[in-house]
Amino acid sequence: MTRGEPTDAPVADTPPAGDPAVGGRERDDFDHREREALARIEKVRSMPARFRDERITMAHGAGGKATHTLIEGLFAPAFDSEALRVLDDAASLEIGGAKLAITTDSFVVKPIRFPGGSIGELAVNGTVNDLAVSGARPIAITVSLVLEEGLPSDELRAEVEAIAAAAKTAGVEVVAGDTKVVERGKADSMYICTTGLGQRDPRARLSPASLEPGDRVLVSGRVGDHGTAIMLARGEFELGASIESDTRSLWPAMDALLDAAGPALRCARDATRGGVASVLNELAAQSGVAALIHEDRIPVHPAVAGACEILGIDPMYVANEGVLVAVVAADAAADALAALREVTGCDAAADIGEVRTEPTGMVIVQTAFGGKRVMDLLVGDPLPRIC
Amino acid sequence: MKFVDEYRDPELGRVLAEKVQATVEPGRHYKIMEVCGGHTHTIYRYGVDDLLPKNVELVHGPGCPVCVIPMGRVDDGIVVARRPEVIFTCFGDMMRVPGGEGSLLEAKAEGADIRMVYSPLDALRIAKESPDREVVFFAVGFETTAPSTALTLMRARAEGVDNFFCYCNHVTIVPPLRALLESPDLRLDGFVGPGHVSTVIGARPYEFIPADYGKPIVVSGFEPLDVLQSVYMVLKQLGEGRCEVENQYTRVVPYEGNRRALAVLSEVFELRTHFEWRGLGFISQSGLRLNEAYADFDAERRYEVPGVRVADPKACQCGEVLKGVIKPWECKVFGTACTPERPIGTCMVSSEGACAAYYNFGRFAREREVV
Repeated sequence: MTRGEPTDAPVADTPPAGDPAVGGRERDDFDHREREALARIEKVRSMPARFRDERITMAHGAGGKATHTLIEGLFAPAFDSEALRVLDDAASLEIGGAKLAITTDSFVVKPIRFPGGSIGELAVNGTVNDLAVSGARPIAITVSLVLEEGLPSDELRAEVEAIAAAAKTAGVEVVAGDTKVVERGKADSMYICTTGLGQRDPRARLSPASLEPGDRVLVSGRVGDHGTAIMLARGEFELGASIESDTRSLWPAMDALLDAAGPALRCARDATRGGVASVLNELAAQSGVAALIHEDRIPVHPAVAGACEILGIDPMYVANEGVLVAVVAADAAADALAALREVTGCDAAADIGEVRTEPTGMVIVQTAFGGKRVMDLLVGDPLPRIC
Repeated sequence: MKFVDEYRDPELGRVLAEKVQATVEPGRHYKIMEVCGGHTHTIYRYGVDDLLPKNVELVHGPGCPVCVIPMGRVDDGIVVARRPEVIFTCFGDMMRVPGGEGSLLEAKAEGADIRMVYSPLDALRIAKESPDREVVFFAVGFETTAPSTALTLMRARAEGVDNFFCYCNHVTIVPPLRALLESPDLRLDGFVGPGHVSTVIGARPYEFIPADYGKPIVVSGFEPLDVLQSVYMVLKQLGEGRCEVENQYTRVVPYEGNRRALAVLSEVFELRTHFEWRGLGFISQSGLRLNEAYADFDAERRYEVPGVRVADPKACQCGEVLKGVIKPWECKVFGTACTPERPIGTCMVSSEGACAAYYNFGRFAREREVV
């Protein structure tokens, strides 16, 4: 090509691949090859996860792809129980006719106190919420403490009081516990491990594999508050914004949804680590459907949106501690949403999208700008130790 | 969000899309390279592609700071990071970049003291808080981030901090653009030009692109309307037979650049005779290092750095992707052996990398429908 000559006219030396006028066949071939490549990728993605990492990295705790690999590639095959295979937030057990739900959790959040809550309150609500979204009324929890040598007793007392207060609010009894102390430097102030027991609600007919095209996707409140609050509380970003954690019991929200929608409530999930995006991906994959999410309908607190914008994080991947994702049959969705909005802390609940047939197992976002894109599982770990 | 939403207005997007449609000749195929990874990210993140006619093809360029780091430089960094006296600091993305012997994230899990920072000043603060350790900052990026590294080093010197060192991997944008234009296997119609780099160097350095190579270039912002408008401006130049440097990003890019930032760069850095780029090989006068006046802060002079050279893995085609010769999905290992959680190539690591952007957001062919 001659230099200095503006290329304002088509240069017809060889027909460029992908030119619809010059080489329509090449364009078709190009599209065809892209579709083949995409199909190959989906095949790889649908293969059972294999855990091959040499060491545990922070990513394994982030609730995204690495966590899934760990669960599906190591834990699930090793323990191989019927209840575990469902990979739900809590396991369903039937003992002597009693329909129960059981879950277990641990809390390593840093710092232990943050705007809107603390590790003790989080431990109760996080455990209660895994039961609630599984359609079980929380009854009892156990609390096991790992304390660091040197922890001021006042801090411990404050957390014990926070646990008691949160348990009272959530309507659960603390029925057992344990205490261990480790040397200074071996734990960050304190870690809390819990187990929660609930009674499955007869109104609930939930299954993560029951999503059907046409169903509506609801979120119970603004997304990303908890993770953003923790991030700012660490003071690493020098961003001054007053954002509070949304930690709260989700049983009132579930109770309202079950009342309003009953069996039309297909499934609910607690959108903690990995955020709403990860929950939607799990559900789409388990039901073999697609989800289409409308970006402009996602409720986000303006300060959270601003902080995430500056940090280059999508609020849909940020952890919540008081937001559930519910999928409801289309004809019951309006009532369910109205009922949800009556619940304290859920006034911002919204219908953010719908279940579709294809592309199977994928979450697609209709962007506010007018395009479409994929919303995948979280990879890597933007914010470690958020809960 | 004020001052952000204005640049994401779907109504204006539709208007611009119509203007684009009216500007293109239906029988012609247009190939426009967006130089920056930030542009690539925007295009996929907002679905800007969906608003363009099918005969306008966006080709992803080399302007992703993480993507262009060769494996050997990562391995050298890990050698420094493993030293017991060293606290090694870097940006989050760099942690996952695979070297020949694993990534910094893996070295961290094996016991090296590697910490993620958000700014070089964070690294300097760690140095001041840990006087008995030596703190090394893994500096990456184009002229966009180089001034903040330079200012941090100037502050370290002014404050007499003697346990802070810089492992410098800063690069410059013009040499790889020239290398691309000299490359015979790429036929481009024009460029959506670097945005944030240009806030520092200005738009004048790109004048050789229309003058010597006959291609239009429009310096562009990073919001979806910026990118769409810049594509329109390139197409308009092509339609009118013009060929020049235009500046769409006037709200932050002065044509002559930022003199103070440029002065800071020349205070601290000097050009290396050559620097290795991932997939592009050695490009002369394309990398920065600390000059004599700042030699005491140079990690490469402080430590035994092996100067590892690792050939890119055979299967990986990051070089072709960075040059825009192939689409991410055309790479042999894309999405199968190379995924964001197990990347082989750098383009799959950074959110600004073309492969990661395509995998995370674009894995959904344009003509496919949600049904």
